Amino acid sequence: MDLNYTPEEQVFRAEVRKFVTAGLPADISAKVKGGKRLAKDDFVRWQKILHEKGWGATMWPTKFGGTGWSAVQQHIFEEECAEAGAPLQLPFGLKMVAPVIMAFGSKGQQDYFLPRIVDGTDWWCQGYSEPGSGSDLASLKTKAERKGDHYIVNGQKTWNTLGQHADWIFCLVRTSSEGRQQEGISFLLIDMKTPGITVRPIIMNDGEHEINEVWFEDVKVPTQNLVGEENKGWTYAKFLLGHERTGIAGVGRSKAALHHLKDIARNELSYDKPLMEDARFRDRIAQVEMELMALEITNMRVLSAEKEKKGGHAIGPEASILKIKGSEIQQTIAELQMQALGHYALPWLPEALDPAWQGEPVGADYAAPLSGHYFNYRKTTIYGGSNEIQKNIIAQMILGL
Amino acid sequence: MDFNYTDEQNALRDTLARFIAKDYGFEQRRSLAKSEEGFSRDHWKQFAELGLLALPFPEAHGGLGGNAIDTMLVMDAFGRGLVLEPYLTTVIVAGSLVREAGSDAQKEDILPAVAGGERLLALAHYEPNGRYRVSRVDTAAKPKGEGWVLSGAKGVVLGGGAADTLLVTARSSHEPRDEDGISLFLVDRRAKGVSVRSYMTQDGGRAADIRFDEVELGPEALLGNLGAALPDLERTLDYGRAALCAEAVGIMTALNEATLEYLKTRKQFGQPIGRFQALQHRMVDMVIATEQARSMATLAAVKADAPNAAERRRALSAAKAYVGQQARFVGQQAVQLHGGMGVVDELNVSHYFKRLTMINATFGDADHHLGLFSDMLLAA
Repeated sequence: MDLNYTPEEQVFRAEVRKFVTAGLPADISAKVKGGKRLAKDDFVRWQKILHEKGWGATMWPTKFGGTGWSAVQQHIFEEECAEAGAPLQLPFGLKMVAPVIMAFGSKGQQDYFLPRIVDGTDWWCQGYSEPGSGSDLASLKTKAERKGDHYIVNGQKTWNTLGQHADWIFCLVRTSSEGRQQEGISFLLIDMKTPGITVRPIIMNDGEHEINEVWFEDVKVPTQNLVGEENKGWTYAKFLLGHERTGIAGVGRSKAALHHLKDIARNELSYDKPLMEDARFRDRIAQVEMELMALEITNMRVLSAEKEKKGGHAIGPEASILKIKGSEIQQTIAELQMQALGHYALPWLPEALDPAWQGEPVGADYAAPLSGHYFNYRKTTIYGGSNEIQKNIIAQMILGL
Repeated sequence: MDFNYTDEQNALRDTLARFIAKDYGFEQRRSLAKSEEGFSRDHWKQFAELGLLALPFPEAHGGLGGNAIDTMLVMDAFGRGLVLEPYLTTVIVAGSLVREAGSDAQKEDILPAVAGGERLLALAHYEPNGRYRVSRVDTAAKPKGEGWVLSGAKGVVLGGGAADTLLVTARSSHEPRDEDGISLFLVDRRAKGVSVRSYMTQDGGRAADIRFDEVELGPEALLGNLGAALPDLERTLDYGRAALCAEAVGIMTALNEATLEYLKTRKQFGQPIGRFQALQHRMVDMVIATEQARSMATLAAVKADAPNAAERRRALSAAKAYVGQQARFVGQQAVQLHGGMGVVDELNVSHYFKRLTMINATFGDADHHLGLFSDMLLAA
């Protein structure tokens, strides 16, 4: 048991830092650090740069092109990327559909889709939630009827993140109404260009277009795009959730956000002194920093143990602990960043989030995105299985209640 | 980084678990707590035989050269068993202080005797008016001939009544709150002018308020450099804090096991109360708090050995504050979920809860250490 980084790990960190510092385009990191709106191309460019280095899918098994890094190395990589202001590698392709294709997809699906995910060719989005199926996901109604060599899909998905950019969507669809509702679900890969698909924006509480409704009206999907077996989709869906939660603690990104919070608190004035010198505010930073210090270790303890246990990269119900604490910490930091602004939490200047905007900021130059970020981040305890659902998972799977 | 224990450490854990299971049943412990000394000399002998009392001392002085992870495992197990023997005060706090500050002759005189179970130590440092401020020392050491005369009072000295040798902080120069001018002296508890008022603590342990009235000391009584005891003292208290964090995590783990068992067996409204989601989620919160505290206790153990004092202080204050907060939550909720059974003396839950509460009050509570950690953000 030693929580100090080994000399090898320090060398590895230096290597990652050197690469990220040199490889990350300055315009992208400026946008990320400044809280500006990111374009599709920003995400794709960074993915391509990582791919060229061989780090496009670090968390994948080596036989599919992953790096075989330890949990500590993975953590160092995420921390360095976050601190440098790299965009998040979106999870929908890399961490969600890819592991399902690896485990249950056909050879043809693996050969076609996986390289296109890692090299940034295909942008994936998720078709899980429906208006009537949130936490009770298995009650989903979007229907796929088999007609010869294709399915006809009808229904509606919602809370679809960044699907406006997507080339493909992975969908849970109902292929049978027999038996338990979990037993009639299948996992389909659908080309977003297929006729009959309509993407409608849902504007979030920060005024931004991040999520969508996706409508399917007689959408023809070749049966070769079924993953695994028909009516076994629920198994694959649960498998996917275990992978989505790797990295869900978001420790690296929260550390970068905490760093930003401290910079803000040193810059903002209260009673003519830096806000940081106000013990009442500073104690709240200290409190969340302690939470994050603990989570950083919990995260690596859990991931290291799971890696040894399974030899793979899926994690069990312990991941729910990481999701709960990680999301709470993200929200707290976002809230303190906003609160640090005082009155300047109030102005709403959506135009200031445009990287090309040349106008005069209202308040400090870092102020514009922070309140919206706070409002937006209330999502973190809701998505990916709400924190209450995570507690149900822990109660049932770990505690046997 | 490495998240595994060595084979030796795993063997140590097994040994400790067997000892707790065999010799530290709840009823055994209760009668021990009520006994004259409040702990068992037989257990202490067993600890010596198992090597526990030699664990953190250098091999040159009869020790095993263990690190703070080793003692963390001991304290975790002692937490689960609510062990009453003065391990924290004799071995971890005062023993480490002799190891850090003592001359070769002092180490040779004291450490083998501690490791062999023949000698008990206690640190007499905090004073009635000083609360948790480590540099607040009013007790005075005045030079007299080759030696010293000691006068003053110490409050709530853990294990002070049973200790053979007291490690006493006293001011040999400067003002009562200064960081300079604090010295350490070895004082025989039975020496002339030492009066000890020993009492039971809320958690079944023993502590004492001790007065020193013109206690005459020879030159050999000085431990470490004159007027420069604070750095060693701080390091030693950090070892104590790391140990307390580990003990708290052991207790929280035991409380969670007990509470989970209760949720599965206690029936109300025709079903186990663990079926109720309000209670399930509370239990989950307790488990998360404990795992987070375990992470911080591990950090505390690793950083207690860190050569850099600022790095060590930062981690130890964060850990003591955080573990204290989580321990408070888990303790209170374990009581709550046990209903009326949580507040009675006959069930172990109330005893675990009381010990957790007193751990928080020892060597700086959560608010105190949050403040220290927070103030360190200004320097960072």
